[in-house]
Amino acid sequence: MKKLTLGLILAAMTATGAYAQDTLRMGSEGAYPPYNFINDTTGELDGFERELGDAICARASLTCEWVINDWDTIIPNLVSGTYDTIMAGMSITDARKEVISFTQNYLLPEASAFIGLAGTEESVRTGGVIAAQSNTIQAGYIAETGANLLEFATPDETIAAMRNGEADAVLADKAFLVPYVTDSNGELAFIGEDVLLGGGIGIGLRQSDTELAAKLDAVITEMKADGSLNAMITKWFGEEQPIFE
Amino acid sequence: MFSFCTDPSILPDWQWFACYLTSATHLDFYRAFGVVLVLLAVTAPVALGMGMAGAMALRARFLPLQWLGKGYVNIVRGVPDIVFFLFVPIALGQGIEWVMHQINCPDWDQPIRQGTDFIVCREAKVPPVDSPVWMRDLYAFGMAVTAFALVFGAFVANTLHGAMMAVPRAQVETAEAYGMTRRQAFRRIVLPQMWVYALPGLSNIWQILIKATPLLFLLGIQDVVYWARELGGQKTSIFTYPHPDWRMWYFLALLCFYLFLTWASERVFGWLGARLSHGQATAAGERQRRAAA
Repeated sequence: MKKLTLGLILAAMTATGAYAQDTLRMGSEGAYPPYNFINDTTGELDGFERELGDAICARASLTCEWVINDWDTIIPNLVSGTYDTIMAGMSITDARKEVISFTQNYLLPEASAFIGLAGTEESVRTGGVIAAQSNTIQAGYIAETGANLLEFATPDETIAAMRNGEADAVLADKAFLVPYVTDSNGELAFIGEDVLLGGGIGIGLRQSDTELAAKLDAVITEMKADGSLNAMITKWFGEEQPIFE
Repeated sequence: MFSFCTDPSILPDWQWFACYLTSATHLDFYRAFGVVLVLLAVTAPVALGMGMAGAMALRARFLPLQWLGKGYVNIVRGVPDIVFFLFVPIALGQGIEWVMHQINCPDWDQPIRQGTDFIVCREAKVPPVDSPVWMRDLYAFGMAVTAFALVFGAFVANTLHGAMMAVPRAQVETAEAYGMTRRQAFRRIVLPQMWVYALPGLSNIWQILIKATPLLFLLGIQDVVYWARELGGQKTSIFTYPHPDWRMWYFLALLCFYLFLTWASERVFGWLGARLSHGQATAAGERQRRAAA
């Protein structure tokens, strides 16, 4: 298996010979810990996706450069060529696939969760005001339930809105919400069961970049096979995060 | 920054704040203030130049040029700024790449637009594919200046055009009676005297330009508003300096910064106005004359 993928990578590299030395520009949001965030001591992008992206680039012998872009325009700016990939905790969905393409997932479909002030009734999940980041699968999910959706441009603003009473609860990826709950000393709590949304998280690419997609796909397959991806997932998300078989 | 900053979680308050306020992200925040000031310093003269060109076009006797001036001024003034700020960088960026593509890669056989993608050959990329980060930043900044100059140039053009018309007709007639050509009369009589009439309008546009600088964020430049929102948001224990939602304080700092800018420019314009009114046949000039007498 490993030899095969290596062969594939070699083939991909020779096929795109002229491009092998080019810098690959990686887009990310930098506001969604632990997926991606700006490290306050170094000022650099940090997080699971930074580490994974750098590892992928090293294995594919690419020089990579990170670009921070806000979430709302992250797809349009990929398409217009400001950067070449998106690694920003972006779930693979059919709606997004109409505009961009994805590599295979590097994170399995994972739990999203509701949080609210401790003691919030579970009925707000379907009848209350729920804050979510705009253009996310969570926002899409709320729009289909009976709850009122309140959208914000950044994930942090959803938490602030819930704290000051504008919203009853926040729906987001559970891995993002856990530190807020544990840091709050009981002020915040999860509301009810987790929900499973999306088809996992993958690297977003322009639909025309098929060679790059094949190259990155091969590296992800390799990293899944040798266990290095699983180790990284456990390092950033803890033991409870689902890992690849 | 300081030697004691290695483990901020155990520091007493004042040291914690000393470390926090000098963290790498905060240094980026302070730098962003510089970016805003540089943008203002570069955009103002460029917009003034655009405005002058627009005003000259507006009063041109060659009709197509006049139409061009009128079209520019009226279209830009009529379309919301935000639309222009979203439109100019994309349209201009793709336009430049399209032209480069036609020049550099005449043998290219694939379509430039494939679905939603915009694809040009490697040599046509602007800035070039392997350019360093600072060059890309400079390019983005140049785009921002262009967008600002285009929008504000239209307002300046209209103001300057009005100011040129406001110079008393009798003065131009006198100049012509002395045998000056139209051009000479414009350069010697209209141009030096029009500024006093243009100043209130220009100061207005300048203040609006100051207020519009947060639009930089839309153009992908990490400006003061981006950093205030990013730094002020709640930071969980995954960060070195965890803190609750402090956005209010950060936005308060921005408020002070912008108020200070407004106050400083108001003073500069006051001084300029006094200087330009000197000896003019305007109410302010008359007041100065009486005060001196």
